[in-house]
Amino acid sequence: MEKIKTNLARCKGCFYCVAFCPKKAITPSKTGGTNGYPTVRVDVEKCSKCGNCYRICPDFVFEL
Amino acid sequence: MTLRKPCTIKDVHTGWCQGCGHGIVVRCIAEAAEQLGVSDRIVAVMDVACGAFIESTVTYNYLGAAHGRPIIAAAGVKRVLKDDVVIAHAGDGSAYAIGIESTIHAALRNENILALVVNNCVFGMTGGQMSPTSIIGQRTTSSPSGRSAVRDGSPFDVVKTLRHFDIAYLSRGSVDSPQEVERTQSMIKKALQKQLDKEGFCLVEVLSPCPTNWGTTPLNSLKKLREEIKPLFPVGEYIDKGGQPV
Repeated sequence: MEKIKTNLARCKGCFYCVAFCPKKAITPSKTGGTNGYPTVRVDVEKCSKCGNCYRICPDFVFEL
Repeated sequence: MTLRKPCTIKDVHTGWCQGCGHGIVVRCIAEAAEQLGVSDRIVAVMDVACGAFIESTVTYNYLGAAHGRPIIAAAGVKRVLKDDVVIAHAGDGSAYAIGIESTIHAALRNENILALVVNNCVFGMTGGQMSPTSIIGQRTTSSPSGRSAVRDGSPFDVVKTLRHFDIAYLSRGSVDSPQEVERTQSMIKKALQKQLDKEGFCLVEVLSPCPTNWGTTPLNSLKKLREEIKPLFPVGEYIDKGGQPV
């Protein structure tokens, strides 16, 4: 099974994905993104591929 | 199940603010167009507002309308390019304030277009002024003490206005949860299908957060959308097919 992929260069750190991840696999990252925004960290092992992050992300970061 | 951004969305950093709902709405449009196989026939008519960032995000054909007039400009485009799928990408400020007359008359004429109205209850790009849909008590840059029903009137509800018009489709969606995003996407897809079937005027309003102009964090803006705005503007389908209210 393919794992969740991210393009964090697009992330603006709204953390909608963090709020809607049922497995708590997405957490705010301690390091900032490439554009000065905060970003997220994804634990691919916890991910159940429910698709919530893909649907709620305004910046097309996730692919799964 | 594969969830991948539609190939019409460019691989760029979008122009919208952190947590803006426009990006979600644009993905819903791009997905709906891809599923219907009409991505190469879309003409999006933009307003001079936040929605205009769609031009740098998705690879469609575009027309930049005069300020507040994307719906009436889209109607003109559709009359000339009958085989294209025309979307007016408007906001609440444009569709319900500056261009309210074009919204009403395009609906009266049952123009065969999709008017997609992203309702965030403020004029976004001009600095967060009060719009017709700002809720009572909402603090904006032009109503710093909060909107007053006595002084400013009650919020505009498009459903109350167009409910009995003879149009093809009228619905309201929201982007406050993944489930609501899914539902909104299906509304947009249905409206595009109706345009392909030449049914007439479709208006889909999408309730969207504006963290920047609501002066709060993105997550708090979603909470405000869910708890304060959605109860005043209930989501759902109000007219479906041939102007017969469902």
